[in-house]
Amino acid sequence: MTDRWGEAAAGNGLLHRRALLTGGVLAAGAGAAGAAGAQVIGDGSPATMKTPGATFSGYGQPSKWRADIQRPFAPAPGRPGTGSSRTPLHLLEGTITPAGLHFERHHNGVPQIDPAQHRLTIHGLVRRPLVFTLDALLQYPMETSCRFVECAGNSGGMTAATPTQATAGALHGLVSNSEWTGVRLSTLLDEAGVQPGADWVLAEGADAAGMSRSAPLAKAMQDAMIALYQNGEPIRPEQGFPMRLLLPGFQGNANVKWLRRLKVTKGPTYTKDETSRYSELMPDGKARIFMLEMGVKSVITRPSFGLSMRGPGVYEISGLAWSGAGRIAKVEVSADGGKSWAQAALEGPVLPKALTRFRLPWRWSGGPAVLLSRATDEARERQPTRDAWLAQYAPGQGYHYNAINAWGVGADGAVAHVYA
Amino acid sequence: MSMHRLAGIALIAAAAIGVSGAAPAGPSLGRPATAAEIAAVDISVAPDGATLPVGSGSVVAGEAVYVAKCQACHGPRGADGPMDRLTGGVGSLATPKPLKTVASYWPYATTLFDYTRRAMPLTAPQSLSNDEVYAVSAYLLSIDGIVPKDAVLDARSLPAVKMPNRDGFVSWAGRKTR
Repeated sequence: MTDRWGEAAAGNGLLHRRALLTGGVLAAGAGAAGAAGAQVIGDGSPATMKTPGATFSGYGQPSKWRADIQRPFAPAPGRPGTGSSRTPLHLLEGTITPAGLHFERHHNGVPQIDPAQHRLTIHGLVRRPLVFTLDALLQYPMETSCRFVECAGNSGGMTAATPTQATAGALHGLVSNSEWTGVRLSTLLDEAGVQPGADWVLAEGADAAGMSRSAPLAKAMQDAMIALYQNGEPIRPEQGFPMRLLLPGFQGNANVKWLRRLKVTKGPTYTKDETSRYSELMPDGKARIFMLEMGVKSVITRPSFGLSMRGPGVYEISGLAWSGAGRIAKVEVSADGGKSWAQAALEGPVLPKALTRFRLPWRWSGGPAVLLSRATDEARERQPTRDAWLAQYAPGQGYHYNAINAWGVGADGAVAHVYA
Repeated sequence: MSMHRLAGIALIAAAAIGVSGAAPAGPSLGRPATAAEIAAVDISVAPDGATLPVGSGSVVAGEAVYVAKCQACHGPRGADGPMDRLTGGVGSLATPKPLKTVASYWPYATTLFDYTRRAMPLTAPQSLSNDEVYAVSAYLLSIDGIVPKDAVLDARSLPAVKMPNRDGFVSWAGRKTR
C-alpha cells in the first residue's frame, strides 16, 4: 500500500524510516473552533484557565496524574537494603533517565554520607598517596558526558525456560542513562603519580557492603570519571552521593558508588564481587572473569508488554539501543519474527556508551505480529539470538544477557513477551 | 577498543606523567595521605595476602563463630540456609547443575577473608575481630576438606590455601563481549 507513509520497508507493515525524517507521523490536525460574539470566552475554557494556579515549589515533582511512573522493586524479607529497583523504560521517552528513576542496585542499603566528612584516598602504587575532600574536587576542571549504566544482571530473567510476562522496565530496566559531570580520574592519578608496573585499580565504596571492584588501569586513564553531578544536580544518595566512579560502558557494579578509596595495584584484587559474582560460567566449567564491557543491546519500549495496541492503524515503534563498546551503528526492526528487517531511524546525536533512541513507523493490520529489534554497534558487533547467547554459558547463568528481545502482538492488540 | 590499544593509552599516559613533567591537568589539591591514614582504610586483601592483619583462628574456634553469627542465614555447615550456599558443589561446575559456592567456585581464600571482614554479618558488618575472621574462614574451608580439621589460619597460611577452582577462570579483560 502506498500513501503519505510511502512504501513498506519490510514485512507485516513496517514502513520506511524516511517517513519520520520528513515529519509525517503525528501531524496534528488543526481544529477549527467557532466563536459567538456575545459569549464570555471562559465558557469554552477548562477550569485551569479560570482559576489562578498553584504557587512555586523549591523542588519540582512529577504530575500527580503520572504518579504511576515508579521504579518497581521487591526487597528481600529481612534484607531491605539488598536487591534492586528498575527504571520503568516503557513509561519514559527520549534517552535521559530522570535521576529519581535511575535503577538502583544496592548490596547493603543506601548510606547517608555527610559530604563534609567524606574523603577519597588514592594510594597503593603511587608516588604521592593523596586525600581529597569533596570541596577540593569541586575546584577541579570538570567535564560532562552522557553515559548509560547497566547492571551486569540486567535481563537475567530472559534465561527462564518460558517468557516472563512483565513490562520492558521490569525485564530490562537495570539500565539507565544520565548526563554525568565530574573530574577525570586520570587527572587525579597523574597528581598521585602512578608507579611503573601498576596495571589495575581497586575502587571501594563507603557503604555497608564495602563494595569493591578492580578495573584495569588503562580504563581508569582512558575515560573514567569521578562523577559528582547527575543530570545537572549533585548525585543522589542512591547513585553514590557524594561521588561515584564512572567507568563508561563497563558493567554497573564496577561503577562503585560512595567512592572512598582507589588503590593502584599490580594485578586485580579478586574481590568477592568480581569472582563469586559478576563472573560468567561457561559450559566447560571455566568462568569468564573481568568481562567488564557491556555488549550491544536494544529493546523496543513501545509497543511492549502492558502497552496494548488500540486497533489497526499506523503506530510508531520506539525503543532504546546501547553498547559498552561505543556508538550504535544501526538498529533493525522486524514485525514478522525475524523473516524481514527494516532499518530504524536513530535519533541524534548518537553518543558513545549512551542510550540511543530508535523509531520506525509501523502499519499494524490487526493481525498477529512478532516485533524484534536488533542493534549493531560501531565495533560491528550485533546482538545474538537468544539461543546463540544461551549456548555460550553454563545452565542458570544470567549476566551480560544481550540477546534479541521479542514482543508478540495478538489479534486483540495485547502485547506479550515471547521467545522468537 | 582492544586491550592492546587500551594498554597503549596507559603507556602514553604513564610516560606523560613520568617523563615530560607536563603541567598538571588539575589544581593539585590532594593533600598527602599519612601512613596511619592509609593503614586505616586499606582493608582489601589481594591474593598475595600482603595486607592481612596480625591474628589467627582455628577450625574449632571458627565453628563457634559460625554457629553464633552466620548459621541463621547460611545454614548448618554452610548449606541449606535462606542465603547463599557456602560449601559443597566441588566438581559440579562443568555438570548440567553447576553449584557455585565458596568451596567450589571462589579462586582465592583471601577473598573469603576480605569479604567476610568487610561485609559480614549483613546486619553488623565489620563487627568480627581479625581472629574471628581467620577462624570462621578456617571452619568454612574445612567442611570440604580444603584445609584440615586442625588447621589454624593466619597471615602466612591463608594465602597459601589452594582453592579447588583456582585455575577455573579465564580473564576476559579487554576481550569483546558478545
